[in-house]
Amino acid sequence: MSADPSIPPAALSGEVSLPEKLADVEPVRSVRTPIRLEYDFIPGSASSGYLNAFADRKILGQQSPVDGAVFVPPRGVDPRHGAATPEYVELPDTGHVGGFCVTRLPIPGRDDLEIPYVSAWIHLDGADIGFLGLVAGIDTSEVRMGMRVRAVWKPDDELGRTAENILYWEPTGEPDIPVTAAGTNAWHAKQAAAGEQG
Amino acid sequence: MAERTAVLGVGQTKYQTTRGDVSLPGLVREAAYRALEDAELGWDDIDAVVVGKAPDFFEGVMQPELFLAEALGAVGKPLLRVHTAGSVGGSTAVVAASLVQAGIHRRVLTLGFEKQSESNATWALSLPQPFSVSINAGAGGYFSPIIRQYMARSNAPELIGCMVAFKDRQHALRNPYAHLQQQDLTFDQVVESPMLWEPIRFSETCPSSDGACAIVLGDEAAGDASAKPVAWLHGAALRSEANNFPGRDEVNPQASRDCADDVFSQAGITDRRAEIDEVEIYVPFSWYEPMWLESLGFCEIGDGWKLVEEGATHLDGGDLPVNCSGGVLSSNPIGASGMIRFAEAALQVRGMAGEHQVEGARKAFGHAYGGGAQYYAMWIVGSDKPTS
Repeated sequence: MSADPSIPPAALSGEVSLPEKLADVEPVRSVRTPIRLEYDFIPGSASSGYLNAFADRKILGQQSPVDGAVFVPPRGVDPRHGAATPEYVELPDTGHVGGFCVTRLPIPGRDDLEIPYVSAWIHLDGADIGFLGLVAGIDTSEVRMGMRVRAVWKPDDELGRTAENILYWEPTGEPDIPVTAAGTNAWHAKQAAAGEQG
Repeated sequence: MAERTAVLGVGQTKYQTTRGDVSLPGLVREAAYRALEDAELGWDDIDAVVVGKAPDFFEGVMQPELFLAEALGAVGKPLLRVHTAGSVGGSTAVVAASLVQAGIHRRVLTLGFEKQSESNATWALSLPQPFSVSINAGAGGYFSPIIRQYMARSNAPELIGCMVAFKDRQHALRNPYAHLQQQDLTFDQVVESPMLWEPIRFSETCPSSDGACAIVLGDEAAGDASAKPVAWLHGAALRSEANNFPGRDEVNPQASRDCADDVFSQAGITDRRAEIDEVEIYVPFSWYEPMWLESLGFCEIGDGWKLVEEGATHLDGGDLPVNCSGGVLSSNPIGASGMIRFAEAALQVRGMAGEHQVEGARKAFGHAYGGGAQYYAMWIVGSDKPTS
């Protein structure tokens, strides 16, 4: 490799030459061409069930036929086994914070978020994977892995078929779940407990 | 048995915020030319071209490999595109190598690129999905909770991430291709940098870069015929896993461990720390250095941060120098970033890494990861031909 990256490869030198009449014309370096694309989202059966239930303030998951693991949001499949998950389960709107991030920069399309804000993996009671949610109603420095939370919903007349019906998650004030049993550790803790009982 | 495969040439562009003087075709052509120059070969010597980049909506050009075919001398030749998100530069090199290993082609040109100045990565990584709320601010928002988990698990001192960032920026000063050239940076400045995605500081994140990286691979005969030193391939592996399933270990994913076990086994390596002379791992956020060192088996689980703390990963005096090129923390043209790791590993064992050369490097490790830490690509290259 040439030591000086600012020197173009020998083969490129003199590759492009301009006709004389263009010699004094200012070169065009870039052109801004905003584009937009609109499309209809077809959610499929699993997401349809999930989004429709949201309009009734319900959170639906699906259960794996292999070992009963509950997925929310449901995607119609257990990715570990490639098994279809036709069975819906209704879940409560309470759970705990798995992992979380205190974000101090704005994100595109969410000018309404006050900075800093906390995005978290919410693990619902009875679910075996987490999904993203906003945590509020608490100082950002107080948020913890394992903290118990409940959903704060939009008013009834503003509910739609969208996950954004839940404005944010607020602390319930109950004792934390131990970190070793929170978030992605919850599944292993549950398996271990089942093993001890069985 | 697979055909022995060698890296014959490496070409990179200078990584910088904006390459306003070249178009996408101009950018990739520059890297391709440099790789051919290094390999002392011409376009006619190339049998096939394998290209990788981040998802198309970054620059908004759909299937750019098609419109880049002419710039890459690929007209009339097999042209393949690889898609594995951020790990794509590594996966692309592995796919290209497999074409030689399989005896399908004698010489293959492979290239990764990104023109972040013509795209908006945070937007592209924060696309709203109807079944989820839109609150994830780019890659940092995704990886911050995982880093927090690692910190809780390992009880690592708070400033380990800053130590990695400072080390990589020091390494970058010895690589003229590296984007960030922060001559006067002090450790205190790294520490005092504002939190973006707490616990990730601004100084602990990668820059947005324009750039391309190319590698020319050849079969055993091509390697033997090279006048310059070549890097022989000792192992190459790919793995992936779903990004959300019950009990998934996000800090140390199974796909990462499996991919590492495969590539080290192919290379016949049993003591990973002792037998590898230089490591190029994909570290877009500083804490991923200790996390990957553990996952890749360079140390015991929970000990990665100790290697950082004792200076083991520093080019000066470390026994396991990591990212001597400055790494992703110093240059991040996303689609090229993985391939740069693979290319830098090759340069090290060819003895051609210039001021950031690890003296006497005989075996080096290249690594890339992508998506939600779910796609992995790894290779091991050596100065000598593999014995088996």
